[in-house]
Amino acid sequence: MDDLKMSSAIRVTNLVVGFGRQVVLNELSLDVRRGEILGLVGASGGGKSVLMRTIIGLIPRRSGTIEVMGVPLDGAEERATQAAATSWGILFQQGALFSSLTVKQNVQFPLRENLQMSQSLMDEIAIAKLEMVGLRAEDGDKFPAELSGGMTKRAALARALALDPAIVFLDEPTSGLDPISAGDFDALIKTLQQTLGLTVFMVTHDLASLNTVCDRVAALADGKIVAIGPMSDLLRSEHPWVNAYFHGKRSQMLQPKES
Amino acid sequence: MRAHPGLTAEATDEVLELRPSGSWVSLNVAELESLTSSAGTKIGNAKAVKLNLGAVNEIDTVGAWLLEKLSRRAAAGGRRIEMTGVAENYIGLVEEVRQVNRREIEPAPKQNPVVAKLADLGRSTLGAAQDVTVFLDMLAALSFALLRTLRRPRSLRVTSLVYQMYRIGWQAIPIVVLITFLIGAIIGQQGIFHFRRFGAESYVVDMVGILVLRELGVLIVAIMVAGRSGSAYTAEIGSMKMREEIDALVTMGLDPVEVLILPRIVALVLTLPILAFIGSVAALYGGGLVAQLYGGMGPAIFIARLHEAISVTHFEVGMLKAPFMALVIGIVACSEGLRVKGSAESLGQQTTTSVVKSIFLVIVLDGLFAVFFASIGM
Repeated sequence: MDDLKMSSAIRVTNLVVGFGRQVVLNELSLDVRRGEILGLVGASGGGKSVLMRTIIGLIPRRSGTIEVMGVPLDGAEERATQAAATSWGILFQQGALFSSLTVKQNVQFPLRENLQMSQSLMDEIAIAKLEMVGLRAEDGDKFPAELSGGMTKRAALARALALDPAIVFLDEPTSGLDPISAGDFDALIKTLQQTLGLTVFMVTHDLASLNTVCDRVAALADGKIVAIGPMSDLLRSEHPWVNAYFHGKRSQMLQPKES
Repeated sequence: MRAHPGLTAEATDEVLELRPSGSWVSLNVAELESLTSSAGTKIGNAKAVKLNLGAVNEIDTVGAWLLEKLSRRAAAGGRRIEMTGVAENYIGLVEEVRQVNRREIEPAPKQNPVVAKLADLGRSTLGAAQDVTVFLDMLAALSFALLRTLRRPRSLRVTSLVYQMYRIGWQAIPIVVLITFLIGAIIGQQGIFHFRRFGAESYVVDMVGILVLRELGVLIVAIMVAGRSGSAYTAEIGSMKMREEIDALVTMGLDPVEVLILPRIVALVLTLPILAFIGSVAALYGGGLVAQLYGGMGPAIFIARLHEAISVTHFEVGMLKAPFMALVIGIVACSEGLRVKGSAESLGQQTTTSVVKSIFLVIVLDGLFAVFFASIGM
C-alpha cells in the first residue's frame, strides 16, 4: 500500500505536442503524486490547457509517454483511454454541462452510461453529489442556462465527481467568480480532496488559490516545466519568467507593503 | 485489490451485526444494491444494529451511501445504531455521506389530468395567438427600422446587405436552377404522356408555361429559400442570442433589428424575385427540352406556342408574389431566431419551427394570392 501511495497518479515523460510547425510542448516531463493538489501556472497561450487536454486524450501527441494511475495511455489503444476515463473527472472552464439536460441528469449521465443501477439509487447519488459540492437538491431540476456562474462550476464539479474518480482535472476553476465565491470554491476543492482522497490537477491563474489550496505548483514556460515545488520554493525561483509571474505588479499588490 | 463484495448478518439476542466486506465501489453497484436490500429485510425485530466496516477494503460514495441508507432504515424504527471499524482514510467520506439527503424534497403538487389537458390546450391556443403577435411585432419593428434607414440612407448597412445577397442569391443559383429545371422537365413529361391520349400534346406548352410562371416557379424557389436561407438566419441569430451578442449590440445603443435583421430581410426581398425568375426560366427550359426529346416538338414550335399561350400577366402574377413570400420567410426566420433560449436543444427546435412555419405560410400566402388575382381578373 505504501509504495502505491508513493507512486505517481500521472506521469508524463518527454511529451512533445505541436500544431503544424509550431511546437507547444517540448520534451515536457511532469509527475503528479497521488493525493496531492498540483497547480499549473503558465503564460496565456503557453500550453497549460494543451497539456491538460493532451493528458486526457483530446489532443494527439507527437512523442512521449503518459501514464495515469500506473497505466500507460497509448494513443492507439482506445480501450485503455476509455478505462482511464472512468478514473478521472474533468471540470471544463465553462462547465460544459449538457444544456438540454437538467443538472441532476447531467450528474447522472456518467452513472447511467457506465454502471447499472436503479433509477432511485441514481437519484439519491446525484443529490448526494450535489449536496457535497454545496448545491441544494432543488437545484437538480434546473437547466444549466438557469444557473449562475458559481453554481455552474459547482454543478460541473458534481458531474466530474459522479464516478468517484481518483483524479480530477480542473481548468481554471475560479475564473469568473468573485473573490468570495472563488474562496468558497477553493475551500470546497480542499475539503473534497481530503474526504474523497482525490488527486487534483488544477490549471489556474488565481494566485490566491495557488497559495491556499495547492500542495505543489508547477510553472510551464517555453514548452517545459521550468519549476515545480511548494509555493514557497517557487517564490524563491531564479527562473526569469517564474520570477516575473510571482513578483509582478499584480502579485505585489496582494502582498503587504514592507516599509 | 478488487475483492468481491459481501454482507453478512449475524443476529445475537436482539442485536444484529452487519459485516460488509470486500469492495464497496460503484463498479459492483448491482450486487451492492441487492445485498443491502436483502440485509434490510433482516433488520426486523432487532433492537440494535451494529455495522462493522472492518472487512471493507475499499469504499466510495455509492457504497457509503448504500450503507448509510441501511443504517437510516434501521434508525427509523428507533433502533440503536453503532458504526465501527471505518478505515482511517475513509472516515471523511463516510462522515460526509451521513450529512447528505437529509432534507425532504417537496414533491411537485400533482395535477388533475383533465385540468392538465385543458391547461395544455389553453397554453397552445395562447401560443398560437402569441405567434401572430410576434410576427406583427417583428413586422412593425422592421417597418420602423426601414423608415429610419430611409430617412438616413447612409445608415443602411450596404456591406452586410451585399454579403447577404451574395449568400442567399448568388450561391443558391446552381441548386435552384437544377431543381426547377428538373421540375419543369417532369411536368413536361407528364403533360405529354397524358395529353397524347387526346392528341393534344401541343397543349403541354400551355400547361408548363402557365403553371411555371404563375405558381410553381416562385413557390418552389420560395420553399427552397425557406429551407436553405431561412434556417440559416434562425440559427445565426439564435446562436448570437445565446452568446449574448444581441445584448451587446443593445448596450452599444444599436438596434439589433436595424443592424442584423433589416439587411437580411431586405436582401431576401431583393433576391427572391431574381431567383424566382431564374428558376422559372430554368423550368421552361426543362419543359422545352423534354418536349423535344420525348414529344418530338422542336424548339421553334415550342417558343411559338409559348408566345401564344402565355402573356405578360402570367409572368407578373408570379413575380409580384415573390417579394411578399420573401418578407414572410425573413420575418419568421428572424423572429424565431430571437426566441432561442440558452440551450442547444432550443436552437434546433426554433430552427425547425422556423422552416416548418415559413413553408406553411408561403403556401397559405400563395393560396390567398390565387384568390386575389382571380377576383381582380389577372
